[in-house]
Amino acid sequence: MAHADSLAHDDHHDHKPHGIGRWLFATNHKDIGTMYLVFALAMFLLGGFMAMLIRLELFKPGLQFFDPGFYNSLVTSHALVMIFGGVMPAFVGLANWMVPLQIGAPDMALPRMNNYSFWILPFAFTLLLSSFFTAGGGPAGGWTLYPPLSLQAGTSFPLTIFAIHLMGASSIMGAINVIVTILNMRAPGMTLLRLPLFCWTWLITAYLLIAVMPVLAGAVTMLLTDHYFGTSFFNPAGGGDPVMFQHIFWFFGHPEVYILILPAFGIVSEIIPTFSRKPLFGYDAMVYATASIAFLSFIVWAHHMFTVGMPLAGQMFFMMSTMLIAVPTGVKVFNWTTTMWRGSLSFEPPMLFALAFLFLFSIGGFSGLMLAIAPADYQYQDTYFVVAHFHYVLVPGAVFAIMAGVYYWLPKWTGRMYSMALAKWHFWLSTISVNVLFFPQHFLGLAGMPRRIPDYSVQFTDWNMVSSIGGFAFGVSQLLFVAAIIHGVWYGKPATAKVWDAGVHGLEWTLPSPAPYHSFEEAPEIH
Amino acid sequence: MFYRKVATVLAGLAAATPALAYESTYNLPVGATDISARVFSLHMMMFWVCVAIAAVVFGVIIYSLWKFRKSTGAVADQTLTHSTNVEVIWTVIPVIILVATAIPAARTLIAMEDTRNSELTVKVVGYQWKWKYEYQGKGVSFFSTLAAESNYARQLGSGVDPTTVKDYLLDVDHPLVVPVDTKVRLLLTGNDVIHSWWVPDFAVKKDAIPGYINEAWFKANRTGRFTGQCAELCGRDHGFMPIVVNVVSKADFATWLDAQVAASKAGASAADPSAPAATAAAPTASL
Amino acid sequence: MAQAETTTSEGKYYVPHASPWPIFGSVSLFVLMAGAALTLEDSGAGPSLLTLGLVLVFALFFGWFRTVINESEAGAYNLNVDRSFRMGMSWFIFSEVMFFAAFFGSLFYARQLALPWLSGAGSKHLTSELLWNHFEAHWPSNGPGLLGPRADGSFKTIPAMGVPALNTLLLLSSGVTVTIAHHALRANNRRVLKVFLALTFLLGFLFVFLQAREYHEAYTELGLQLGTGIYGSTFFLLTGFHGLHVTIGAIMLLVIWLRVMKGHFTPDRHFAFEGVAWYWHFVDVVWLGLYIFVYWL
Ligand code: HEA
Ligand code: HEA
Ligand code: CUA
Ligand SMILES: [Cu+2]
Repeated sequence: MAHADSLAHDDHHDHKPHGIGRWLFATNHKDIGTMYLVFALAMFLLGGFMAMLIRLELFKPGLQFFDPGFYNSLVTSHALVMIFGGVMPAFVGLANWMVPLQIGAPDMALPRMNNYSFWILPFAFTLLLSSFFTAGGGPAGGWTLYPPLSLQAGTSFPLTIFAIHLMGASSIMGAINVIVTILNMRAPGMTLLRLPLFCWTWLITAYLLIAVMPVLAGAVTMLLTDHYFGTSFFNPAGGGDPVMFQHIFWFFGHPEVYILILPAFGIVSEIIPTFSRKPLFGYDAMVYATASIAFLSFIVWAHHMFTVGMPLAGQMFFMMSTMLIAVPTGVKVFNWTTTMWRGSLSFEPPMLFALAFLFLFSIGGFSGLMLAIAPADYQYQDTYFVVAHFHYVLVPGAVFAIMAGVYYWLPKWTGRMYSMALAKWHFWLSTISVNVLFFPQHFLGLAGMPRRIPDYSVQFTDWNMVSSIGGFAFGVSQLLFVAAIIHGVWYGKPATAKVWDAGVHGLEWTLPSPAPYHSFEEAPEIH
Repeated sequence: MFYRKVATVLAGLAAATPALAYESTYNLPVGATDISARVFSLHMMMFWVCVAIAAVVFGVIIYSLWKFRKSTGAVADQTLTHSTNVEVIWTVIPVIILVATAIPAARTLIAMEDTRNSELTVKVVGYQWKWKYEYQGKGVSFFSTLAAESNYARQLGSGVDPTTVKDYLLDVDHPLVVPVDTKVRLLLTGNDVIHSWWVPDFAVKKDAIPGYINEAWFKANRTGRFTGQCAELCGRDHGFMPIVVNVVSKADFATWLDAQVAASKAGASAADPSAPAATAAAPTASL
Repeated sequence: MAQAETTTSEGKYYVPHASPWPIFGSVSLFVLMAGAALTLEDSGAGPSLLTLGLVLVFALFFGWFRTVINESEAGAYNLNVDRSFRMGMSWFIFSEVMFFAAFFGSLFYARQLALPWLSGAGSKHLTSELLWNHFEAHWPSNGPGLLGPRADGSFKTIPAMGVPALNTLLLLSSGVTVTIAHHALRANNRRVLKVFLALTFLLGFLFVFLQAREYHEAYTELGLQLGTGIYGSTFFLLTGFHGLHVTIGAIMLLVIWLRVMKGHFTPDRHFAFEGVAWYWHFVDVVWLGLYIFVYWL
């Protein structure tokens, strides 16, 4: 092992850079990981703030606060901020921190590009959000940007599109870095089938990213030329078709939702074995299931488009292929369950979040399966049933997994243990309120409330009030997350190298806490 | 049919559960067409399938959480790392369940797509933000917009309490009027952006796309007033373009249609056709 | 610039410490994109910001690559680093492939689905009758609205057997010349290397020149413009993005050539050369797809 001392501070080649330059000019995977995570947290708070405004307006019928156009901008940018600013950068941040530690590498493979892919993001979001201050307001066509509606926007139109181009460039660079690091920088003996599952899921996610972000770039480029240069991609008079955009968008968009969940699967696959004190059940099957999900994700996209008037054969195909995804996902759920079976379980905060993930993601998956039934989706499509579905997979799914990962690895990063009590309060309040927030939205959708409306008829009032109250409670609970992190980073008690009095496994736990500035100066031996 | 039986039984179960009875504020409507009833049973079938799987999976998880607590001295069985047999079983069983559910779904889908033998055709055009209905071959067409009372109340800071407004946001000036027990075919298109015509009680939701014609159909099996909303984000007032369909008896429909035709001949302003349903005010008929 | 070296199985993996280029690059892209957005929206500050952005991006490439080249020439990169670069380049090319896939996809969609539907085929059979006056599409098409610069909506396409065929020949031969150059480099035959590398980028620039002339003719004489319905849209975006890639590729070849002239690269260590060669083959292959599906079929 490179380091045995627990108070590692610097490596012997170099000094840890100081001042603002450490962050602006960073090439160290840990510094960049930290920046990604802090940025993601800020965006989560910002996107959450927008969500709070949405829930405020929806608290009761009638327009109380916002013009409908502004409401649409809130919804659109809430989604873009959460997806591209919150969840995706959080995953890249975790990858930056953990991939080199888990595979025994000195750093990411392409350190300068690593910093580039991070620093593009704040500028991209500046571009996106600045549109709120232009004539016509922020982007209001929904995060799906369907033409012809999205073409009606004002100055927000080019700003949104260029912001998406930048986010795409950032994602692609980040993904290339992860792939190359995993494929090229593994310590000797770390064969692919010994790779920790977090690395495996990220490897496959990175592949998805490189495959679909350019397609999104192409789609929005066509929007741009349709708007400014008279092309007819989405204009039927010229032989185009607005629905063509939807196909291209969802060819990106469906793999994108797995981009938002596969690393979460990886995190959960790390945490459950640790706190079950038992190896993961069915490691190989987990890897193959992840790969199958990724493969299937390319052939199901039009399940978002059952109502656009596709030919019958198309609807059949997309219905069946979508249903198939339940199989590999089920394999994962069953493997996690069996990992706990005959284990020795303890319930520290990371495990609590992973368990909530297991239950609540599955609920979101089940509603996804209902959505896959094309004839029934005619009733669900564009209602709050869909909103409930995707928030279940995204919030107590992806976001909870990120929180689980932060609670799991934070002591390794900072060398300090956060307050368990604070984290458990955060957990219980979040888990209860997130259900109050999103479960009633199933009812709203089934009872007929469309999504993306600022005002509704009075029979929807009760459940909206419940949902909003849950929303505010969930929002306030997140302040505890921030508090737990801040308290942990500055005031926490020192953590040991193994951190968890549990079945930790993997290279990251062989390093001292905090992990030294340069992780593995010499490649560790894997047996 | 075995699958249909399963579906019916499950749907029956659902209807028997008082908490999930239809016309509720938390479930889909059974609706007013055969198709909507079939969709409802599909929905309930899928729902119960998911509940059953969830009961098993969550049951096992909760049992493990309880049984294998470290605090009660549980010791981990390090040898339980894989088993090809169970892995095959839990891959195959879901496949079987999915195939079993896909079959009734496919049947319903095929029935829904069959637009042949329609008796009345209405072209539906989505505008920002209203609907236009054109009765094909009848010389009757009119716009349908949010009712004035709702429209007043929904303005930002109107000061009107929505609960005092009749059918707040679900009322229009000129509803679509169709006869009962008649296969009505809709030809949908959009004038500016994409809209989506949705009436839950008919289980019809189809996008109205500029430049293209989409088809949908329904055959209402009872008279009444059915409401719906635009279901595709179409800009600022997307939330304010509801749909109201009055399903009337065939005789009433004939009377109504004659009045519309007469009115359109006489000129929109002169006419005051008596509407068959109380809510159906005089459409400004034109060709 | 400070640097640290750490050991891996193959010795030192070079980890640069502190680089100004990423943040510089982010600012440049921001200026560029903001400038482009404002230009498109006809805002006064737009064009100057856009120009500034372009200058900055150019400076970025110059500066960043110069740093990398210097490090490379100083021998900082071991074989492991070299392999990272190779992998990175291949995945980048894969992302480019997917970018083109979006546009090819729209071409196939328009030809196989949208135009037949507009002509009343399949599930939208009343579209043509009710909305488009019994329109019937034939490829090439500018849609039922006959969009385009001419009043009667007519336009001509560029025949596949003319300049495009010549261009195919040019690009294919440039693929050969770059391969010859590569073999020469490996055999340490610098003279052949220099000549054939120069030939390669000259062929590339010639291609771009001929393509530009074709565009000029299309715009001025054929009635074929970006606004010429779906044909013009797919034609110009596909060939345009390809042309842009050829230009970039040719500039990269030129840079590589200049480095060869300065004596860079050894018979067994020349990642930059190979990366550019791969890129060049990639634009070649895209062109073949274009030639077949855009010009020919
Ligand atoms: C993290 C993100 C994420 C994930 C993982 C998923 C997962 C799934 N989604 Fe979801 N989805 C979204 C995010 C996500 N989705 C978003 C954002 C939208 C809306 C976009 C928009 O319009 O704005 C959406 C919309 C959406 C639609 C379109 C709805 C509409 O607009 O009408 C559909 C339709 O088929 C769908 C289906 C599915 C399915 C079948 C899965 C499956 O992968 C789920 C599989 C999991 C399980 C089934 C549970 C566990 C399995 C078992 C316990 C095994 C046994 C189970 C059985 C055999 C049943 N999703
Ligand atoms: C990863 C993605 C993600 C995440 C994390 C969230 C999180 C949340 N979403 Fe999001 N949402 C989407 C992705 C996401 N959403 C998408 C893709 C859409 C569709 C957009 C479209 O239609 O185009 C959508 C749409 C959407 C709607 C539908 C709007 C409509 O159709 O009209 C609603 C309504 O309730 C909603 C609510 C929420 C809430 C309450 C949260 C909460 O979980 C947020 C909680 C977080 C915080 C609250 C921040 C922390 C706290 C503070 C900053 C302190 C301040 C607190 C208070 C003032 C109380 N979202
Ligand atoms: Cu019309 Cu929404
Ligand atoms: Cu999807």
